[in-house]
Amino acid sequence: MDLFLQQILTGIANGAIYACLALAVVMIYQAIDHFNFAQGEMAMFSTYICWAMIAGGLPYWVAFFATIIISFIGGLAIERIIFKPLHSAPVLSHIVVFIGLVAIFNSLAGAIWDHNIKTFPSPFPDGSFGGLIGLHEVGMFFVTLLLLLAIFCFFKFTRVGMAMQAAAANPASAGLVGIRVGWMLALGWGLAAAIGAVAGMMIAPIVFLEPNMMLGILLYGFAAAIVGGISSPGGAVAGGFLVGIIENMAGTYIPAIGSELKLTVALVLIVTVLLFKPNGLFGKTIVTRV
Amino acid sequence: MATDVETRVDPRLTVGAKMPYKWVALFVIIGAVLPFFLQGYATFQGTLIMIYAIAILGLNLLTGFNGQFSLGHSAFYAVGAYTAAILVYHLDWPVYVTIPFGGIVCFVAGFLFGLPALRLEGLYLALATFALGVSVPQILKSSHLEGLTGGVQGLDIFRPKVPSFLVENFGLTMDQWWYMIAFVIMLFMFWIAWNLINSRTGRAMMAIRDNPIAARSMGINASLYKSLTFGVSAFYTGIAGALAAIVIEFVAPDSFTFQLSILLFIGMVVGGTGSIWGAVFGGFFILTVPNFAEEISTGLSYAIFGIILILVIYVMPSGFAGLVNLLRMRVKKMF
Amino acid sequence: MSHLLEVKGLEASYGPTKALHGLDFSLEKGGVTTILGANGAGKTTTLRAISGMVTRKGQINLNGTELGSLSTADITRKGVAHVPEGRGTFVRMSAEDNLRLGAYSRNDKTAIAEDIERVYNYFPILKQRRNQQAGTLSGGEAQMLAVGRALMLRPILLLLDEPSFGLAPLIVQELFDILKRINAEEGVSMLLVEQNAALALELADHAYLLETGNIVISGTSQSIIENETVRRSYLGY
Ligand SMILES: Nc1ncnc2c1ncn2[C@@H]1O[C@H](COP(=O)(O)OP(=O)(O)OP(=O)(O)O)[C@@H](O)[C@H]1O
Ligand SMILES: [Mg+2]
Repeated sequence: MDLFLQQILTGIANGAIYACLALAVVMIYQAIDHFNFAQGEMAMFSTYICWAMIAGGLPYWVAFFATIIISFIGGLAIERIIFKPLHSAPVLSHIVVFIGLVAIFNSLAGAIWDHNIKTFPSPFPDGSFGGLIGLHEVGMFFVTLLLLLAIFCFFKFTRVGMAMQAAAANPASAGLVGIRVGWMLALGWGLAAAIGAVAGMMIAPIVFLEPNMMLGILLYGFAAAIVGGISSPGGAVAGGFLVGIIENMAGTYIPAIGSELKLTVALVLIVTVLLFKPNGLFGKTIVTRV
Repeated sequence: MATDVETRVDPRLTVGAKMPYKWVALFVIIGAVLPFFLQGYATFQGTLIMIYAIAILGLNLLTGFNGQFSLGHSAFYAVGAYTAAILVYHLDWPVYVTIPFGGIVCFVAGFLFGLPALRLEGLYLALATFALGVSVPQILKSSHLEGLTGGVQGLDIFRPKVPSFLVENFGLTMDQWWYMIAFVIMLFMFWIAWNLINSRTGRAMMAIRDNPIAARSMGINASLYKSLTFGVSAFYTGIAGALAAIVIEFVAPDSFTFQLSILLFIGMVVGGTGSIWGAVFGGFFILTVPNFAEEISTGLSYAIFGIILILVIYVMPSGFAGLVNLLRMRVKKMF
Repeated sequence: MSHLLEVKGLEASYGPTKALHGLDFSLEKGGVTTILGANGAGKTTTLRAISGMVTRKGQINLNGTELGSLSTADITRKGVAHVPEGRGTFVRMSAEDNLRLGAYSRNDKTAIAEDIERVYNYFPILKQRRNQQAGTLSGGEAQMLAVGRALMLRPILLLLDEPSFGLAPLIVQELFDILKRINAEEGVSMLLVEQNAALALELADHAYLLETGNIVISGTSQSIIENETVRRSYLGY
């Protein structure tokens, strides 16, 4: 039973990472109606920027907020420079561009900051909560909840948030009510990059900083977002914790699996869930008349 | 949804059109004489390009013509390759027979996978196929199957000799011989795809892609067609995998990672979604461009590959086939 | 009489194919003008060209402002509201959020709230459906929502693309009565595209007949009704 509790808590700790990233995934999905496959690499790159600033002598929180701002501007710029000319290109071509971005960020980070693993500081005190869960994980949990709340309010109560959703869902109609669709997309990219940066800076103290840190995690992030229902930020967070727990449990309790097949099992479980709940566990079914 | 497949290549390019015999003849002639002018290594690379082209065409049948999305085709490629390798290695089957067999095994696997996948659309299907792509190499590596698959080490197999009369009369080398085999298989697979797409079945596949609800109401059994398309798509990819295993004379789990799925996907989009012959360009692209990037700069090769990818999409957002089609229309307009 | 909108040499194209081949027409201030034409004649494209939704060439002059180079978002800010073909509501949002988004380019909070009430006044059914997802509204309700959303802009010119599409005859009559009221009471000028030519000519004072991207006949509604060709091809008597 103790092992069980321990596993749940470890699962939650990992889950906090996935939840954080899933939130960023859902955010950009709301804003651009796309999965952004490059999001993990963007977050990794942002984290490196923060690392460089801290290494250069800036205090943590200064570097933290500076990174958020830089990432926001960076995300905005990527949309305006790279994607704007491709607005009318087919979706599949966009995905190829995402893949191109992944390759570029990954390779650049390695070239600028080399491939050695770096430690990344945590803003929270050392130590753990009764020896069960680290204080950093607890802190991260609250940061994720805070982000969630902020995003919820943004979409629900602000004019821009609503316009962003409208622009993603129906660009033509959005233009007709006076929404500047192109800029909404750019804003969505900026916000997603900023949220991704927060996720990266929260995750890095746990997994360490290196150019490939996000590859595996992002997959869990996507999985979490989908399990939770891609249209719901709250679902994404719940999905993140769920994926974390499932992953851990499978690794511990199914002996044939061990750690090497953990990812496989988690994915298979997720797919099974989807077979029975095609809109994700928490997604709203959207009824549309044809 | 974001992954809804859009096809911008003019459907007239491949559908309901007469076979452009002039172009086909030109293609066949160039393809057939090429190995006699190329270096041995280039011939070998040409063979790999054609193998990729077959796999990309398989993916294209699924995505471009049926609107289903897959990030798991590396799995079918692996199943084809391992089927061939295991049959040769453990059971001493004749190498040539294992090629169609690799395809058939994949057809069954693809069809069976397609059944549950029916319930999933767009992103969800992407995730499910992704799970498939990630798990297969891990399963191949798994210690439980080591006796069969050779584990991480993989399996070595050997190609039979070139038939002696060809060596004596034409001086055919091993690379040229297998180039020819791959070429013939590719032409055959393209021919099947062409006929499939121009048949009732092909129209049903595309109707499902464009408007699933309407297709159902026209009496098309969408579930059956979707699973079948999955099977056919896997069949193509499996044939390619089997061929690759034999030509390279080696299989190992790490040749079939998720990256291969991504490469095939890139090949499909760059070649032109919804175009048959575009697959050849796609195969050429995914074989040569990464090497080219590597040559420019080893440290930044990925970055260079990424930049090239983005530039290519700028120049031809609908792939090579789309670009050619656009140019053709421009030229037609001028006269 | 003065012109609200003057269009000269309007061309529009989708990629390499041209859909409009140089249209000249004008709308009178406070009037209702209709564009008639067969399927594929270019009616929808004409409206899209005015709102900047397609690549276009030529002059589009609204009250002295040139719209030809403006983006869709900026054109709405000049007071042009467009009820698109197929309604184009935001299906995942509630009916009321749709209306609120219609006033996106305005900043006067209290006036917006009043205007929502005004729309509910015209279309009481929408008030009952205010919290329902727009995607689940019936065809008629969705069409009313689309018109209501356009009104939220406080337009000076309302572009309507087949507002009667898919509606029961009784509802159509009701909708057109409301459009007539809006035109009369609020002085909103309208450019109306309709398949139902008889209905359109009843509401409109001027009409243009479009054929494959060219205007072939124009005049007052009365003269169009009396025109032999129009009678035979579009009115069916
Ligand atoms: N998105 C598009 N891409 C390419 N061609 C288009 C597009 N939309 C319309 N067209 C073409 O432009 C021409 C004019 O179309 P338009 O939609 O303006 O016709 P319409 O008069 O509104 O017809 P309807 O009465 O059927 O609505 C048609 O030939 C049509 O095929
Ligand atoms: Mg129309």
